[in-house]
Amino acid sequence: MRLILSKYLNSNTDAAPLAVFRILFGGIMCFSMLRFQYYGWIEQLYVAPDFFFSYLGFEWVKPLGDYTYGLFFLCGLSAFFVMIGWQYRLAIITFFLSFSYIELMDKTNYLNHYYFVSCIAFILCFLPANARYSFDSRRYNLSPNIPRWSIDSIKFMLSIVWFYAGLAKLNSDWLLEAQPLSIWLKAKYDLPVLGALLQKESFHYLFSWSGMLYDLTIPFLLWFSATRKIAFVAVVVFHILTWILFPIGIFPWVMIASALIFFEASTYQQVFNWINNLWRSFSFAELRRPIVSFGQTTLPYSESNSSKPNLSIESKTVTTPKNTTARKFTLAVLSLFFIVQLLIPFRHLLYEGELFWTEEGYRFSWRVMLMEKAGYANFKVIDPDTDRSFYVQNGNFLHPLQEKQMATQPDFILEYAHHLEQHYQREGIRDPQIYVESYVALNGRRSEPFIDPKVDLTTIKPSLKPKTFILPFKGEIKGF
Amino acid sequence: MYMKENLITMKRLFFLALLSLTFACGDDEQPGGGNEPVDNFDRQEMLFNWADNFIIPGYTALAEKTNTLKEAGASFSETPDATNYTNLVSAWEDAYLHFQDVSMFEIGKAEELRLTNNLNIYPTDVDALNNNVLEGDYNLELPSQIATQGFPALDYLLFGIADGQDALIEFYQTDANADAYLQYLKALTLRIDSLIQAVLADWTDTYRDEFVNNTGNAATASVDKLVNDYIFYYERHLRAGKIGIPAGVFSGSALPQNVEGLYSKDKSKALLNRALDAVQAFFNGTHTTGNSNTESLKSYLDYLEIQKDGQNLSTIINNQFEAARTTASELDDNFSTQVENDNTKMLATYDQLQLNVVPLKVDMLQAFNINVDFVDADGD
Repeated sequence: MRLILSKYLNSNTDAAPLAVFRILFGGIMCFSMLRFQYYGWIEQLYVAPDFFFSYLGFEWVKPLGDYTYGLFFLCGLSAFFVMIGWQYRLAIITFFLSFSYIELMDKTNYLNHYYFVSCIAFILCFLPANARYSFDSRRYNLSPNIPRWSIDSIKFMLSIVWFYAGLAKLNSDWLLEAQPLSIWLKAKYDLPVLGALLQKESFHYLFSWSGMLYDLTIPFLLWFSATRKIAFVAVVVFHILTWILFPIGIFPWVMIASALIFFEASTYQQVFNWINNLWRSFSFAELRRPIVSFGQTTLPYSESNSSKPNLSIESKTVTTPKNTTARKFTLAVLSLFFIVQLLIPFRHLLYEGELFWTEEGYRFSWRVMLMEKAGYANFKVIDPDTDRSFYVQNGNFLHPLQEKQMATQPDFILEYAHHLEQHYQREGIRDPQIYVESYVALNGRRSEPFIDPKVDLTTIKPSLKPKTFILPFKGEIKGF
Repeated sequence: MYMKENLITMKRLFFLALLSLTFACGDDEQPGGGNEPVDNFDRQEMLFNWADNFIIPGYTALAEKTNTLKEAGASFSETPDATNYTNLVSAWEDAYLHFQDVSMFEIGKAEELRLTNNLNIYPTDVDALNNNVLEGDYNLELPSQIATQGFPALDYLLFGIADGQDALIEFYQTDANADAYLQYLKALTLRIDSLIQAVLADWTDTYRDEFVNNTGNAATASVDKLVNDYIFYYERHLRAGKIGIPAGVFSGSALPQNVEGLYSKDKSKALLNRALDAVQAFFNGTHTTGNSNTESLKSYLDYLEIQKDGQNLSTIINNQFEAARTTASELDDNFSTQVENDNTKMLATYDQLQLNVVPLKVDMLQAFNINVDFVDADGD
């Protein structure tokens, strides 16, 4: 066993799939930052608001006022350098840190997709993704061969995302009620051809079940060479469909590009040859040369490189499969990372109550597209010194998206209550008591009371402890 | 080899398409058809109804009234006598009531011009207004000037600047600054009219087609935007503005100075009732234009068979509108005196208005999958 593991860890492979992955990932992320600015979201989400919802333990991460634009610029710029593979290690670490900082600034904007990007960026910090098709590889003569596990770790991360997303769909709302797809698809009435079909209940079930089967099986179908091509077709069809149907931004393209990493280097060779042939047949005779050369641009690794800074670590690990400290460290960190990844989505088992209702342990678990929640939270402030009481106009403190997210998630409600407490303390109320009357509708059910209106929320500290101020869910959702 | 795999792929795709088709046709052929509605609810019909039977007729009627208001303002500032005063007051009241019919449609040009902010922010900032008049140097387009103009500012100028009609007319005839006040009054009526004419012109020129053809389901689509505007208006301007804020719901102590129609004294209730009627008529899609389309929020909810506790959600919402109207009928014409004399009736009306927020904002929005804002989402 130990021998097999050690043999695996020492086996090398062509770096082409990882290098192409790096180019596409960096490119899409760079585009994503430009898109964020183009739509005015930096201003709208991070500069204009006065208040931001924090992740527990990351209260110190806040937008930087006008410097927030600089942060996005840095993030986009580092993504660009990742793409071209110039000072790759520095670029990917900068990207990981700046991107994660952005995501931590306001949990209102949490998306599994963004978390996925952070996870991939973290892994990429440890991988020699610049071994080919990069400025670094030419400059430092990097070996085109890299450890097999480095490509496999990206594949494994992708597999976790799909498989856990599939597991999360094994519940009665998704499979037996076709919720929330039923609500979402019906609203897509104006799509040509599809719009009319999407009104049909049978289609909601078709989409629910095929989505579940897709998520659970696609990692396996991509790993096995026999099914890889058909699986990739399925990836393209599935994610383009989600792109048409749902407002999920660039994520479909991230997933389609990422899935390419499952192909062997030889497949890349075939595609590049095909492109070269195509190019030749269209170009003049004197220009006949390959636009993409394969396996020739990089020289074999030579010891002289070790004197060069920055990139010597992975070069060494590639060609000298000894247990250097750096290699041990990398493997230990990534192993730990994956163990955490495998366990975290199950942390909701530590809590009682319906996960979709309480959302205790909901985030960071690849639970995607599982819920349609609408809510309303009406906060009452009582000044015990004067017995004066009044209600809060949430619009004075939160932008519409924050208000929507706040109204359906208990940790937001609690954090907002504490924010209100501080606000009214500054207004001169010594010890404001804050109660909330709130209603939430989940997955097509009618609204129900959500938070116990008799609990003074200022007496509860935000923590990971079970939130006893959530009223029990009256419906029932069976399954994972 | 490559060809063969392609062929297999093609075959599978074809099979998948066939499977989908079988699924799609399957339930049409079911005996009885099940209880699933087969016909598509045409949301564009709803947009036609909103644009052609509510918004455009609403602005058309209002624009006539604001034109009259503008002319009455000009006459009064020319000759401030009792006849012109009576004409101006009646033109102001007429226009103010008609404004209640369209204030919820803060979309397109109205959104761009921030119509409600410019026309109906109360209480009026009397000091700033007097300052404008006496300095003579003001720009009503500035955001800082929202509380010195519109219908509430006219309310002050027509009723609040002196006590009683005779004293008022005397003020405008004899006060040292009378002319400056008359010029300001005229400027306000001009601005109200020009804002409304601009919004109406935009609707009739180009925006109507843009509106009815923006049929998608995104935060930028017409249905999503207008439903968000509608609920925002109901919560903020109707529930809170007209009742909640003066009743002290958001401050803990009653604010009788914050009622709509503070100086005219007997208009608050009429304005509330008009707004309540408008909001309910819009919900039900009932109109008097003679056009045939009637699709509405109500018919959309009924099409989706949205029920709560065994009752149609649309019925619950309508009953709640009625309950609010019944409670409001107990109120004095002058909300300011109502707040001072018996605020419990104001609070009771607020409670009834509040009870419709959850059905509208939570249950209805969920049923329609209304997007709140244009950002990426992954549905959690």
